[in-house]
Amino acid sequence: MSSALRPRACAGCLRRAWLVASLAGHIENAVEDAPGRRARELLALPDEELARAMARSKASSFIERAAERDPARMLAAVAGSNAWASCRHDEVYPEALGDLGDASAVIFGRGDPARLAEISRNDVVTIVGSRRPSGYGRDVAKALGAEIAASGFAVVSGMAMGIDSCAHEGALGAGGLTVAVLGTGVDVPYPQRSTRLYEEIVERGVVIGELPPGTQARRWTFPARNRIMAALGAMTVVVEARERSGSLITATMAQDLNREVGAVPGRVGSSSAAGTNGLLHEGAHVIRGAQDVLDALVGPGVGRAPRVLTGPTLEPDLASVLDLVERGAGSADALARGARMDPGSLAAALLRLELSGYVRSDSAGRYERTALAAPGVA
Amino acid sequence: MFALARTFALVGVDAEPVYVEVDIGAGLPSFTIVGLPDAAVRESRERVRSALKNCGFRYPDNRITVNLAPADVRKAGPGFDLAIAAAILAATGQLPKPVVDNYAMAGELALDGGIRPAPGALAMAEGASGWALRGVAVAPQDASQAALVEGIDVMPVAHLTQLRELAEGEIAPAARSEPPADDGEMPDLADLRGHPVLRRCLEIAAAGAHSLLLIGPPGGGKTLALQRLPSLLPPLSANEVIEVTRIAGICGQNGGPRTRRPFRAPHHTVSGRALVGGGTPPRPGEVTRAHRGVLFLDELGEFRRDALEALRIPLEDGAVTVTRTTGTLSLPCRFMLVAASNPCPCGNGPDSGECECHPAAVTRYLAKLSGALADRIDITLHVDPPPAEELIEEDSEDSSTVRDRVIRARHAQEERLGEGRTNSEMTPSEVRRHCDLDLPSRRVLEEAHRQLGLSARGWDRCVKLARTIADLAGEERISEQHVSDAIEKRRRPER
Repeated sequence: MSSALRPRACAGCLRRAWLVASLAGHIENAVEDAPGRRARELLALPDEELARAMARSKASSFIERAAERDPARMLAAVAGSNAWASCRHDEVYPEALGDLGDASAVIFGRGDPARLAEISRNDVVTIVGSRRPSGYGRDVAKALGAEIAASGFAVVSGMAMGIDSCAHEGALGAGGLTVAVLGTGVDVPYPQRSTRLYEEIVERGVVIGELPPGTQARRWTFPARNRIMAALGAMTVVVEARERSGSLITATMAQDLNREVGAVPGRVGSSSAAGTNGLLHEGAHVIRGAQDVLDALVGPGVGRAPRVLTGPTLEPDLASVLDLVERGAGSADALARGARMDPGSLAAALLRLELSGYVRSDSAGRYERTALAAPGVA
Repeated sequence: MFALARTFALVGVDAEPVYVEVDIGAGLPSFTIVGLPDAAVRESRERVRSALKNCGFRYPDNRITVNLAPADVRKAGPGFDLAIAAAILAATGQLPKPVVDNYAMAGELALDGGIRPAPGALAMAEGASGWALRGVAVAPQDASQAALVEGIDVMPVAHLTQLRELAEGEIAPAARSEPPADDGEMPDLADLRGHPVLRRCLEIAAAGAHSLLLIGPPGGGKTLALQRLPSLLPPLSANEVIEVTRIAGICGQNGGPRTRRPFRAPHHTVSGRALVGGGTPPRPGEVTRAHRGVLFLDELGEFRRDALEALRIPLEDGAVTVTRTTGTLSLPCRFMLVAASNPCPCGNGPDSGECECHPAAVTRYLAKLSGALADRIDITLHVDPPPAEELIEEDSEDSSTVRDRVIRARHAQEERLGEGRTNSEMTPSEVRRHCDLDLPSRRVLEEAHRQLGLSARGWDRCVKLARTIADLAGEERISEQHVSDAIEKRRRPER
């Protein structure tokens, strides 16, 4: 670590973190089918009560072992996995987490801790959403991540597949700061398929988590992680969520913490957007782009306008095909029905639009508009 | 007493000459068949004995030895009955020997002496003409397909007693059959409404025998469309009729010449071996049965991965090579591959927002489409159900109109490449010779290579597809528009 900043963690807080980790299996059994609510209740308990609630007769042995743990050895384990630890008495520890009744004692992290310390608590936006988003959802998440990061905000997300990953990728692509909050130890990339993204975030952003290095994923660790994401963000934006999605839990937590909540509107009737549309109905901010986030956090119309990418000029033919794609005709057949031009020229036009970046085609050749703006048409 | 008759053993799609030697010697009554017979050939003795007795012939109460030479070729199936019976009759003096010298014989015997068809009549007639015989004697049902071969007399014999008439020259050879024009009803393209791009993709695929993959939710019209593909294909040429009929005959389809291009649609549980052929003795698989026609894989994502892997070489080579310790044989399989698939196991499509599949399951499913075959698929298209108002619109073009254009495009290809050849089969050197690209065309290809990850093989395939699109337009030169059109059609289902 090149930074001069040295995160510190005191012995008591470290012992608490390790105690929670040692009880992880017991907590998993105790939370049963309501991992979200129960885990938070449990994590709010002080050490002894937690141990007694979880391990019953063996509680005292857990407490004793926790008390005997050598802080030096715990810190060595942290350093051994190239991580750092910062407890709630330290300056690196995000101040925003203090609003949580059940705030974690220690935040572990990988990546330069100075990046975390520099973030002002009002300049953080949390982006969450479905793990199985539509192509539209992916695009929006990526664009939002990029624009928000480009306007100087830190983008917080959970590195899950789908929306989370897209948001991180967007922020990284724009050269902005992104923070991944893991539900595992900070040295355990989860899901494994995102290892490359994980390494990139460690390199250029920060990966944090409340569990000691080496802790594996449990069902309850994800809702627990969500409360950290909700607390960190001055606003939580849900890009796409089904009904009863985990992202909605994050949004509720954010609301309980008096944070702003925003949602990206989706197609009415589409099950993948039912949750986000529900949020909007309940009064969440409508998020169409980064400017909407800025309006809500900084004030209406206040600058820091994100840069909009503009593509090359279009001939009238191409512009009319682009217009069709924009209006939502997906498959080549549907486009041809609307275009009233011969299928050969249409195909050639679509390829040209794709090569110049205006449309993209999904796995099977269904066309979608990208975030690239057309000059003059915008 | 000794006599020699002639028949054939089927090896792959060829008929190998086999001598049936019969020796009737002194000893206790017995009947032995040697020369690598399978169970059906061994059971032949029961049929032969009953048939001879029931036809009023004398069955020799002596020691009968039948040898099928060459002794190292496996003999399978019931087609040896007729030749064995004829050889016994000749050996016992009940049939003049010239009959078994002049004619090869193949047919299964009924217990009353009736003759049933045997597989591979056309292949045997071809074998007989190479063996310098006067003709072949086969069941009447087989005669019309065998009579496609020139320079050989095909004698239809319906009953064992007719062998005597054959000896006395009282049976007329079957007339050499001209393949009748195919006038059977086929599903017509007019039924497919509201799919302008899909119709065009079918037309392009038919014109250049390009492989085609349709992806879409259930009920979108994928299967309906692909079942109409045969009605767009040009009729078989005379030589192709012989090739197709011969393979069909060997696979046990008797009857007259096959004038329709084969359309094979194996179920997705098919094994790799059933798909490409093989086994002991080697048998033609679905790809060979689809020779000169269409192989249709419905629900491509459900097929076994190893079965799809096995398709790669036949697709590339146009032949399956089966190697055994006893030798190598080649089964022809120049077919057009068409396939349909759901976009994911649940059918809604991973990008639709309605998909209920686990992401890993979708990845696995798509990997099957993209892994083994992706680079071998020329045209990939997403098919959605058309809106209702399109379904009640005026009639769309029918098959015969489209087929005329396809035939014209095929003529252009044959002039360039030779008889029966299509753009999709062009070798790299033929691509260089016949597909000259201008500068704008090259530029589009290069851009697609850079931005869309078009592979080197994909590059060549795009050029071939562009060639077909130009041929359909009746243009000698490939333009940038043709190339762009071709690249748009080539997409790999992956994420």
